[in-house]
Amino acid sequence: MKRAGFTTRWLPILLLLPQLIIIAIFFYWPAAHAVQSSFYLQDPFGFGSTFVGLDNYTDLAGSGEYLKIARFTLVFTILVTFFSLALALLLAVKADKVLRGARSYRTLLMWVYAVAPPVAGFIGLIMFDQSWGPLTELARSIGWDFKLGVNFNDTAIAMVIVSVWKQVPVNFIFFLSGLQSIPKAVREAALIDNRSASGRFWEVTFPLLAPTGFFLLIINITYALFDTFGIVDTLVKGEPGNNPMTLVYKVYVDGFRGNDLGGSSAQSVVLMVLVLALTIFQFRLVERRIHYT
Amino acid sequence: MKHFMTSTAAAAFAMAANSAFAETEITWWHAMGGALGETVNAIAEDFNASQDEYKITPVFKGTYEEALTAGIAAFRAGEQPNILQVFDAGAATVIGAKGATVPVQDLLTDNGVAFDINDYISGVRYFYADADDKMIGMPFNSSSPIMYYNVQAFEKAGVEPPKTWEEFQTVTAPALKEAGYTALTQSHLPWIFTENFMSRHDLPFATNNNGYEGAEGTKILVNNDAIKAHFTAVTEWQDAGYFEWFGTGWGDNATPFEEGKVGMWLGSSGSFGGLSKKDLPFDFSATYLPYWEAVTAEPKQTFIGGASLFAMAGHDAADNEATAAFFEFLTQPETQYFWHQETGYVPITEAAYEMAKADGHYERAPAAEIGIKQLSLPAGDNTKGYRMGFYVQIRDVMNREYGRILTGETTVEDAFATIEKEANDLLAKFAKTQS
Repeated sequence: MKRAGFTTRWLPILLLLPQLIIIAIFFYWPAAHAVQSSFYLQDPFGFGSTFVGLDNYTDLAGSGEYLKIARFTLVFTILVTFFSLALALLLAVKADKVLRGARSYRTLLMWVYAVAPPVAGFIGLIMFDQSWGPLTELARSIGWDFKLGVNFNDTAIAMVIVSVWKQVPVNFIFFLSGLQSIPKAVREAALIDNRSASGRFWEVTFPLLAPTGFFLLIINITYALFDTFGIVDTLVKGEPGNNPMTLVYKVYVDGFRGNDLGGSSAQSVVLMVLVLALTIFQFRLVERRIHYT
Repeated sequence: MKHFMTSTAAAAFAMAANSAFAETEITWWHAMGGALGETVNAIAEDFNASQDEYKITPVFKGTYEEALTAGIAAFRAGEQPNILQVFDAGAATVIGAKGATVPVQDLLTDNGVAFDINDYISGVRYFYADADDKMIGMPFNSSSPIMYYNVQAFEKAGVEPPKTWEEFQTVTAPALKEAGYTALTQSHLPWIFTENFMSRHDLPFATNNNGYEGAEGTKILVNNDAIKAHFTAVTEWQDAGYFEWFGTGWGDNATPFEEGKVGMWLGSSGSFGGLSKKDLPFDFSATYLPYWEAVTAEPKQTFIGGASLFAMAGHDAADNEATAAFFEFLTQPETQYFWHQETGYVPITEAAYEMAKADGHYERAPAAEIGIKQLSLPAGDNTKGYRMGFYVQIRDVMNREYGRILTGETTVEDAFATIEKEANDLLAKFAKTQS
């Protein structure tokens, strides 16, 4: 069999060049800069920088506060990922069964996707307003004195709720199309073999959705780790105080608010390594074991 | 003849240059949003209309922290504005970076503008000065924390605004609670209950003369008995229902006062303009920040808060001349009085203060004078100001620990030990960046 390919070696490189340049300028170059400055202590105005070796990293490892934030980020990521996926799956399964007005249901469920994270955060601020927020009042009506921005756990819960609300539509779209791509024949065969709807779901539908699910798992973990920045920033009103925050927000707080570029760069390098590990995990483990149809 | 030719050519060139570059344009990055921003724009327009050689363009850059970061990033890229507004907590960063700014005192004298530091009211004179008392930043929106109170609430409770915290906890707060009010809220724990706690009681805030003598070896002195006793008292007031805390944000703590639920609110003298323009359901007035009689019998003046304007380095002589001209305009009594009246920030010169008095401003609004009167109270050894690097981060640490104290996650003792440790680590780190 003859391999299809280019006749010259230069043409593919030429065609790839624009993309490679963009990646180099906007990703590799800043990333290399971050790695470099993580070994330095810099005067904010850039008049001088001192090489400090691994000091910025050992400071992080020795900081109880940083570890606390890392722990919070882990819990936050697990909660956001789990609830975003679970709710979206539930909604997709239900929406898949709707026959009349299916389109309007789906459109309405996807709507929130268009909301930008800071706007979602702002809507959260209104819903959880200390004196007149509807959700605050709901919590009070069951005897829970909910206080956004005061109580650590309450603020964390608000962050999770807003982040999940914002992410569910994306997952919903993917799950729904995943459900609709399951061949009718398979469903009908299952219908004959198993009378229980939940049995059919767990034994037939769920495994067939696995490729979509694992893809979404990775997407949701990165969402919870990075893209929730706008929501966190809006909900704490730019004042970290005693509020919970994620690792990405901490990078911003130290680097952009506190002007500590070295320490902040070290934190970004830690996050880069995390993303790298996640990517390797995705390619090595997940992609091998999941069968795509 | 040749000589004549050259001078005519020079003159012609000068004229051409004059008409081609009729105006020197300068930019001013600031952090004054909302009504304050409109007043900033009004001042810029007045300056532009007052002459035709220079034109200033104010640009709003977000919060104080954002404006500072934007200014620093711009400086590193060589695109810095002519004037950058930097808040109190960022002063050490900017003043420490020699070569980032042109000291305002040099800028003015080099451009033939008369400068005498004694023209400025005593409270603002040295806060943005270096160790040799040379003024580096031009004080702009200068404020101080003062106590606002709800006049009707005090009438109902039958008490007078307290002078001391002892009076507050034994007389005022119980009476206000009885009358159905939360006695006290405040909007900025590091600023009001820490920095100004130190100056009001004349306690040293940091070694090296509050940090003025250089970053090297400066250590924070926040872990002291007086302030720990204060925070312990605050938690007791909280338990007794005298004090409520609504989070780290400024507005969250001001809102309950504005809604008439709170008897006294500790805010900024610069809040006066905003409160006056709001349609409050009660009359408000203001008085000095209370003090602990147990700590001092002679309370002192407070630090100025707010921000100052720095002339960024790296601009040509013509630009700097324009900046100097704007600073001259800004310090005119008329400009200062306008700013003071509109916003509540204190007038920074004695002349402007005199003008406000002569005009009867304080007879119409006695509360407007509290800020400047408090800044003019007797000075002490520790009331000049403080100079600590990475102070924005130190404030964040304070806010975090204070929040934990007030939500019961930590004790006063542990919180201050943590603040002391983390602040000293940050100060040592800052000192390293300066060498």
